[in-house]
Amino acid sequence: MPGAMTAAIEPIVGRYLHLDDAGRHYRIYFESAGEGIPLVCLHTAGSDTRQYRGLLNAAAVTGRFRVIAFDLPWHGKSSPPAGWEREEYRLTADSYTGIVMAFIAALGLERPVVMGCSIGGRVVLHLALRHAGAFRALIGLESSAHVDPYYDTGWLHRPDVHGGEVAAGVVSGLIAPQAPPSERWETLWHYMQGGPGVFKGDLYFYGIDGDVRADLGRIDTAQCPLYLLTGEYDYSCTPEDTLAVARAVPGAQVTIMKQLGHFPMSENPALFISYLEPVLGEIAARG
Amino acid sequence: MAGAIDTSPGRGIAARMAGLAEMVSRDAVLLRRGRTLDTICQLNIGDETFLLRILDGNIIGLRQGPFVTPSADFAISGDAAIWQRFLAADPPPGDHDIFAFVKRGELLVTGDLHPLMSHLLYFKDLFGCLRAREASRCPGR
Repeated sequence: MPGAMTAAIEPIVGRYLHLDDAGRHYRIYFESAGEGIPLVCLHTAGSDTRQYRGLLNAAAVTGRFRVIAFDLPWHGKSSPPAGWEREEYRLTADSYTGIVMAFIAALGLERPVVMGCSIGGRVVLHLALRHAGAFRALIGLESSAHVDPYYDTGWLHRPDVHGGEVAAGVVSGLIAPQAPPSERWETLWHYMQGGPGVFKGDLYFYGIDGDVRADLGRIDTAQCPLYLLTGEYDYSCTPEDTLAVARAVPGAQVTIMKQLGHFPMSENPALFISYLEPVLGEIAARG
Repeated sequence: MAGAIDTSPGRGIAARMAGLAEMVSRDAVLLRRGRTLDTICQLNIGDETFLLRILDGNIIGLRQGPFVTPSADFAISGDAAIWQRFLAADPPPGDHDIFAFVKRGELLVTGDLHPLMSHLLYFKDLFGCLRAREASRCPGR
């Protein structure tokens, strides 16, 4: 006879959906937990949905938000599109906003909140410009209008350097020293598992195609509230970069988070959620 | 390798550099990270120059200049005050990682970067060993 189950099983449910966008078919992996206002979460460049494991397991959040996180195509357990073996992956402002909107439409989500980190924090600015009326609110984590390069991204994809180890090495310093070691190394493990050239391809959007400096003044926070939260140890998207966005976008609300870096939801989930809860409370109260 | 290291009082980084080889040799995790690393790394700390010879992750040679024609695979260079900030015991935000200084142009990395970029986690831990802690130990354990 089987014994009683003793496993601690998380409330997260993972599934695959199929959608078409810009003439290509995608098999997308997504995870969800909770009930209420849909909160779509976007991972950082070169990583995947596991970055939101803390949020998806946070009862205080999932009690009133339906938290949904999906792996971008080429990332995590989402497949690259058919024919990927003949092309170089490059994320663009058009392809990124396109896939986010296609995902939301495919699930039939009505006026969700979208929260993204790093490249995700950048794309929420593009979403605010292109589709503001579609969202209840937008939350940018580690959000900047552009970044100055500080290394040659060519190192991320070449046969004589291990792509996973160099990616983890590059981003390791973006994690705050106060991060619990197990969360730090979990965050780096995700980077070590990325597909060849995928982190580099994401950085095409982060460093080049996604530059949104010239358009910030057109973002209307009366139509869609914009919240920006940035960790003090992030030297990729610095607090000053985020404050510059806020200065250019009237009504944007900024929180600089102590003892956090570039991956707040993954490197120190409990501390991050303590900063996020007031924002979510405000959004929920607004209805 | 020939060349004596200056460990006189007040020369904090040089003193810590002198203890680096032993610290690394006792660190199994760091040695595993550097198991295929074979390089000479030049550190230009203000007017002082150090050459670190690394083989299989071990520091097998440390020489302190001045040199006439130092030969290394790559070099990391910056003002002494910048290195002091980088290697402080608990650096504040923005001073806690080599790339933060590189981004601001305060540390310059030159030469063949392959040994560095292919072993970034090793070198970041190596610099962690040089931080000015009372009880020095390598980080990330």
